[in-house]
Amino acid sequence: MTGPGPTDPGPGARPSPALEIARDVRAGSVSAADVVDRYLGAIDEIDGELHAFVTVLHDGARREAESVDLKVAAGGDPGPLAGVPVALKDNMCTRGVPTTCSSKILDGWCPPYDATVVERLRAAGAIIIGKTNLDEFAMGSSTENSAFGPTRNPHDPGRVPGGSSGGSAAAVAAGLAPLALGSDTGGSIRQPAALCGVVGMKPTYGTVSRYGLVAFASSLDQIGPLTTTVTESAVLFDVIGGQDPMDSTCLERPVPRTVSALGDGVEGLRVGLVNELVDGVDRAVEARVRAAADALAGAGANVEDYSIPEFRHGLPAYYIVAPAEASSNLSRYDGVRYGLRVEAETAEAMNAATRAAGFGAEVKRRIMLGTYALSAGYYDAYYGQAQKVRTLIIDALGAAYQRFDVLVGATTPTTAFAIGAKVDDPWAMYLSDVCTVPSNLAGHPAISVPYGTDESGLPVGVQVMAPALGEPVMFQVAAVLEASAPVLGPPRVHAR
Amino acid sequence: MSADSNNGASKSAGNAAWEPVIGLEVHCELKTETKLFCGCRNAFGDEPNTNICPVCLGLPGSLPVLNIRAVEYAMRIGLALHCEIRPSIFHRKNYFYPDMPKDYQVSQYDAPINVNGWLELPDDSRVRVERAHMEEDTGKTSHIGGGGRIHDADHSLVDYNRAGVPLVEIVSAPDMRSSTQARLYASELRGILVATGASDGRMEEGSMRVDANVSVRRAGTFELGTRCEIKNLNSLRSLGRAIEYEIERQIGLVEAGDKVVQQTRHWNEDEGVTSALRSKEEAFDYRYFPEPDLVPVVPDGAWQAEVAASIGPMPAERREKLAGLLGPEVVSRARADQIATVVEHGLDGLVTAAVGAGIDTGLALARSSNEASTDPEAARRIDVGGFVALLGMEQDGKLSATQSKSVLIEMLEHGGDPVEIARRRGFEALDSGSLAGVVAEVVAGHPEEWERYLGGEDKLVGFFTGHVMRASNNRADGKAVAAELRRLRG
Repeated sequence: MTGPGPTDPGPGARPSPALEIARDVRAGSVSAADVVDRYLGAIDEIDGELHAFVTVLHDGARREAESVDLKVAAGGDPGPLAGVPVALKDNMCTRGVPTTCSSKILDGWCPPYDATVVERLRAAGAIIIGKTNLDEFAMGSSTENSAFGPTRNPHDPGRVPGGSSGGSAAAVAAGLAPLALGSDTGGSIRQPAALCGVVGMKPTYGTVSRYGLVAFASSLDQIGPLTTTVTESAVLFDVIGGQDPMDSTCLERPVPRTVSALGDGVEGLRVGLVNELVDGVDRAVEARVRAAADALAGAGANVEDYSIPEFRHGLPAYYIVAPAEASSNLSRYDGVRYGLRVEAETAEAMNAATRAAGFGAEVKRRIMLGTYALSAGYYDAYYGQAQKVRTLIIDALGAAYQRFDVLVGATTPTTAFAIGAKVDDPWAMYLSDVCTVPSNLAGHPAISVPYGTDESGLPVGVQVMAPALGEPVMFQVAAVLEASAPVLGPPRVHAR
Repeated sequence: MSADSNNGASKSAGNAAWEPVIGLEVHCELKTETKLFCGCRNAFGDEPNTNICPVCLGLPGSLPVLNIRAVEYAMRIGLALHCEIRPSIFHRKNYFYPDMPKDYQVSQYDAPINVNGWLELPDDSRVRVERAHMEEDTGKTSHIGGGGRIHDADHSLVDYNRAGVPLVEIVSAPDMRSSTQARLYASELRGILVATGASDGRMEEGSMRVDANVSVRRAGTFELGTRCEIKNLNSLRSLGRAIEYEIERQIGLVEAGDKVVQQTRHWNEDEGVTSALRSKEEAFDYRYFPEPDLVPVVPDGAWQAEVAASIGPMPAERREKLAGLLGPEVVSRARADQIATVVEHGLDGLVTAAVGAGIDTGLALARSSNEASTDPEAARRIDVGGFVALLGMEQDGKLSATQSKSVLIEMLEHGGDPVEIARRRGFEALDSGSLAGVVAEVVAGHPEEWERYLGGEDKLVGFFTGHVMRASNNRADGKAVAAELRRLRG
């Protein structure tokens, strides 16, 4: 990859650890090897407590760092993310490195190929430092549904980091990786970003290749960045985005480059404050969202309250569509070719025994839900109906974007909850996604920006939503929000 | 458009009270270079599990990308079957089986690419084609030990080379009324598939697989009876036999007051019977839903026109053209069969080249449909000039028919120049003088038969010809012998 390095974030912007590393490594003032050692040291020191990582790539990361340093020494362009460690949610395929989806059923499986995003990160000079914990197959909102145990929230280790990309969010929040990738099917990047006090962004469906992302719900899944700052989010999105011949659902239109939009301000932009993403949420969260809206108005945006009643159908529709697709996507874990196999008398019995032993309770619940929703005689009432709701939501958002450039609201109804608080109440857990699923159902981009804390110091996220391919305006608004947000103190568990 | 119910003579003539109703589902493998959703080689007979990748193995994270050439081949088939080509999408058909890498098959369901076509059979009946849709093939399982079926095998081996090979499934309407007509349909369809270049239509290699839906109803009624689907039909002969068996079985059931149960049945070629695989109640719920990893296929008019222009004439048209070469002669059943064989094997070019060079049409058809058709693939590669030259030698009496045939067989096997081959083998037709001498010797040696021949027993021509052949080391020409015998009789 050639071209200039990352854009200077400009005065007043928050420090962006990733961009500082890239700048220094590109200039040759810091070696990638030292950067990697520093982060590996931090992981070794505190990840025992957090459990953000499932696999740490000590050797692989050092090898990659050496090759970046060699390139710098030879005077070549090491790429815009030269020497920057990146943590990958462990549902993205890495050649020769276990990819577990935090599930027992993928026990021992090493993909023979790299996901497209991994290839793009490497081409940009980034270094894969480890694979992060998630709710099994990305099904969950707390990272408690992991076969390897929960990840803890760096701001309060007694609380969840959110999910399903909880490992990636916690790693960035705790300073164990300057950048991370997550996947967002119903809020799985934005919700943990909000709960951990980092920036989490779900791109427009089709702008980032899904090749090598282990599928949960194919029509909703999208890979996106988890970062400390909005600028880093835009830089990382620009690196991983773009058409891929290996993914037919990738858009052919060129992905808008977003970094250049960051400094444009919000003067004259039309912002809709979505009632449905404000009214029902915790009071502390509501207060922060209203403060954010005021800040945008103060910066020159025209902010108006707006109601999208269709949003209340979003969650039920999501919990039909996602499990339905998942029930099919997860069929392949049958013990025949890879991963776990529990031997039995017949092929059918082997399939059943393998799946019974290999999947956790939440995954089984969703396979059952999805199988039911697609069954003969129920398809029209469930899957068909949910797809109609999806169209309603797309139409409602289309109407909203006639009036507004972006929409804002809460990312999550609550701040981080205690570990164990919702594990026995799936419906309460599902409600964590209520603010985020509309963007997935519509395929639109959305970003969560940290915007202060509740009274106990837990981070609150504010969500900015934009129409399809509206990433530039979304980042533009996010940058203004970030600049006006109170600075979060370092979390309780953090790299020194 | 529906086929006339009297079409095709049913062999179940003893049960005129019952009318069989037959529809066929034909799967054909497309002979694209690569598989339907990945870049792996699409080849039959390679070392197991050598043409595989993350996509066709269904590894986690892999995604399908549609092979445009496969779409084009599917369109060729659709156009050859007079189908409408429509915007189409893929669905997932979900069921567990060890040879299915993803445990779902990507297939077209309610929006197939080709719909509402028809196929005209050589007996002038017309069978409607409801749809011809695209789907991916599964892997191939071999069950080792036990009875060779999955349930009692010691272990099973799976070859995923076939997984993801592009298929088109052609579904006929229940328009056929006899096993004969069903065979005719399958054979005509095979000819069309080969002619489009989209598939090689080899039933024995499994590149064309036929399932038959069979039901019976009381003659003169319209309501369809309960049908059974018969699988494992690996040749046209099995197709015919299995349908015959099934028709008799169903008639037997209903005549005894029993009901036909809707079932999938397996044809056992050795025992000549069908047996139940699973009933409707046990049928899978495939939980079809639109494949979210693929986008719709919308062939525009220009593309359709381009594909239409790329396919040559279909068998019916080609048969007509060959028949035209015979001139005003009425096309006998035997000639029609020869023409059908020539077209089936794609040897039209040999016949037209020979006739164009002045060879008798009958001779050209005979050599093309008999000797050349023993190895059609070699015949399609044979040097046309050499073929014409050989027939010229035979027509001019320089080679006997027997000699000519054996030269042709050698040319098919090893290639070579016919003059050279004939010379090497010492082939040379007897000149008329020598022939007359040999005939005279044979006649003299069999006075009794000669008397009978003179007395009008014409079939003894064969007897004398055989002896002349043996006496001349096959250098005599059969027709010339007959002519000499007639001349001697006066």
